[in-house]
Amino acid sequence: MLLALVIVPLVLGAVAFATPSPKLRPWLVPLGAVAHAALTLYFLMQPAAAALGGWLVLDPLGKVVLGFVSLLFLICAFYVPGYLALRPGRKTSIFCAALLAFLGTMSLMILSHHLGLMWVAIESATLSSAPLLYFNRNQRSLEATWKYLLIGSVGIALALFGSFFLAYSALKGGMGSSLLFEDLVHDAPHLSIPWLHVAFVILLVGYGTKMGLAPMHTWKPDAYGEAPGLVGALLAGGLTNCAFLAILRFVQICGAAGEGAFARHLLVVMGLVSMAVAGIFMAGQRDYKRMLAYSSVEHMGILVFGIGIGGLGTFGALLHLVNNGLGKGLLFLSAGNIHRAFGSKRTEDVTGALRLAPASAALFLAGFFAITGSPPFGPFMSEFTILNAAVTGGRFATAALFLLMLAIVFIGMGATVLRVVQGEPSDIAKARGYKERFLTVGPAVVFLVLVVLMGVYIPSPVSGLLHKAAASLELQ
Amino acid sequence: MTPSLDPLLVLVLLLNLFLLGTTRLRAVIGSSALQGVVLGVLAFVVHGHAAIEAFLVAAGAVIVKGFIIPRLLYKAMRDAAIHREVEPFIGFIPSLLLGAVGAGLSVLFAQTLPLVPEHKATLLLPTSFATVLTGFIILTTRRKAITQVVGYLVLENGIFVMGLALLQAMPLLVEAGVLLDLFVGILVMGIIINHISREFSSMDTARLSSLKE
Repeated sequence: MLLALVIVPLVLGAVAFATPSPKLRPWLVPLGAVAHAALTLYFLMQPAAAALGGWLVLDPLGKVVLGFVSLLFLICAFYVPGYLALRPGRKTSIFCAALLAFLGTMSLMILSHHLGLMWVAIESATLSSAPLLYFNRNQRSLEATWKYLLIGSVGIALALFGSFFLAYSALKGGMGSSLLFEDLVHDAPHLSIPWLHVAFVILLVGYGTKMGLAPMHTWKPDAYGEAPGLVGALLAGGLTNCAFLAILRFVQICGAAGEGAFARHLLVVMGLVSMAVAGIFMAGQRDYKRMLAYSSVEHMGILVFGIGIGGLGTFGALLHLVNNGLGKGLLFLSAGNIHRAFGSKRTEDVTGALRLAPASAALFLAGFFAITGSPPFGPFMSEFTILNAAVTGGRFATAALFLLMLAIVFIGMGATVLRVVQGEPSDIAKARGYKERFLTVGPAVVFLVLVVLMGVYIPSPVSGLLHKAAASLELQ
Repeated sequence: MTPSLDPLLVLVLLLNLFLLGTTRLRAVIGSSALQGVVLGVLAFVVHGHAAIEAFLVAAGAVIVKGFIIPRLLYKAMRDAAIHREVEPFIGFIPSLLLGAVGAGLSVLFAQTLPLVPEHKATLLLPTSFATVLTGFIILTTRRKAITQVVGYLVLENGIFVMGLALLQAMPLLVEAGVLLDLFVGILVMGIIINHISREFSSMDTARLSSLKE
């Protein structure tokens, strides 16, 4: 039954590819998203489910990521028909098929409890997202796609290498080599520690590349900068979270082996480096989509930082996974609209968005406040939880650094965002005659509502899922 | 472990060095293909007793790494009408030396890790590390898109060697999935190379430089 989460989007993707009508085709994406969301809702309410002899398992951690990815895709899917209507003359068959295949392969990745299968799934997700990046078919998107594919593939190849190291540590521990997650956790106390250490470092670099942690983030600004806004939202809130889930699984294994402190220390360092690099490159950024990419680097850093702090920080990081994804959805969709309104993503050409595209510009501004952790938005809650965990854990210097990075990013990002929304639009931009439409503004509004909701009141089923997932990380 | 393993592993190591030292793209692709075939044979020798499953993995590796992928790359090379790698970021001789030193260090590194008894006397793990390193050197120092793809292939070959020590951890289905992903990955990269050479009239990735801070 779990397999339906993978098969339904893949089949619909094939249907979308074969559908001759360009009018009907974009609507297959929301159809697939609704079906996937309904299935996901059903499985979230069930107790943990397994299929294929334990290869596919929906555990508490998986429930959080799957639930979020499905929701993100659902909202973004309703943006697709309106967006494609703004881009006449583009090939939509590959785009729609690749979107649905991307959803299917991400689901497979989340469900996989076999490290080899997980690797196959994340590589497939990378491959199916390549056509999405190349949607604009120009030199710049070509360059971005090439870097994304090559750096991403090398990163995940390293992840496979690391998985083998992990299997070898089980072999050396005298258990026979297995890549089944449950086996590894069960046998963790006997794993060979030197191999486990090397494995974790390689896995962190490998999946960290996919997640876009600094200094392996170099594909991110190019990819997010050149991809359509909605693809940026799906990458920043979907694929990167899947890679984060992979890292969480290895943290679980390290924890079970009694090496949790080693893993957490690395994660804290990695998180702070990512936040610092993001802060440096965000200052004076003249391309507002690239700016969003650096914001993503920063928030991936916050996620691993929270896990590294541990305790309450684990819950904070999982909460932040949701909040950051919602905020990124809001920012990328509204940025995509502004891009369409002005035909440029450079701040030299884009000023006065509040006059030309008032709804999208207001949403973009709200997204900026949300993602930088201003109350009453969700990210404020999660970042505060992580900070709180660091302070109560007595790690004052680390907490101070964390706070400093957040402030630097706020200032750097604010300068660019304000330049975009304020002022007077140029005559060239006015002549483009862009009109805000319900289909392209509506999904961003939904993201805004959700990100506010998560800040003022977390619905109890959601917090229940998050607490269970955090407990599964803490216990082992 | 059968004694005939080390000669094959030495062949893999020699091919690494050849890959680092040669300029002709045809030879680069050819030797990566030969390396793929050797790996298939290795898989068969290591797990020959494990019957049909090992045979399928070996055959799959030989077909995909030794024949299908090289054909794709040859085609991309012909379409772009490029035959030589020019002016790598690090010269051929220095990168050759780097590869040789890397192979030596790989042996030392493997000795520092605690190995299971049956892997102590073989070159299995050092070869794996050295091949992964060779892949990295090619990926970072060469300019042509095709050579970079070969670098990725070599990296993948190194990981495959490591997998030979762990065949029971990688069931046939996953092994097939890895090969399929590799194939599709190279296919997509081939398509992009084709677009790159059309758009930029060159396959030189140094020209892919409009996106930067």
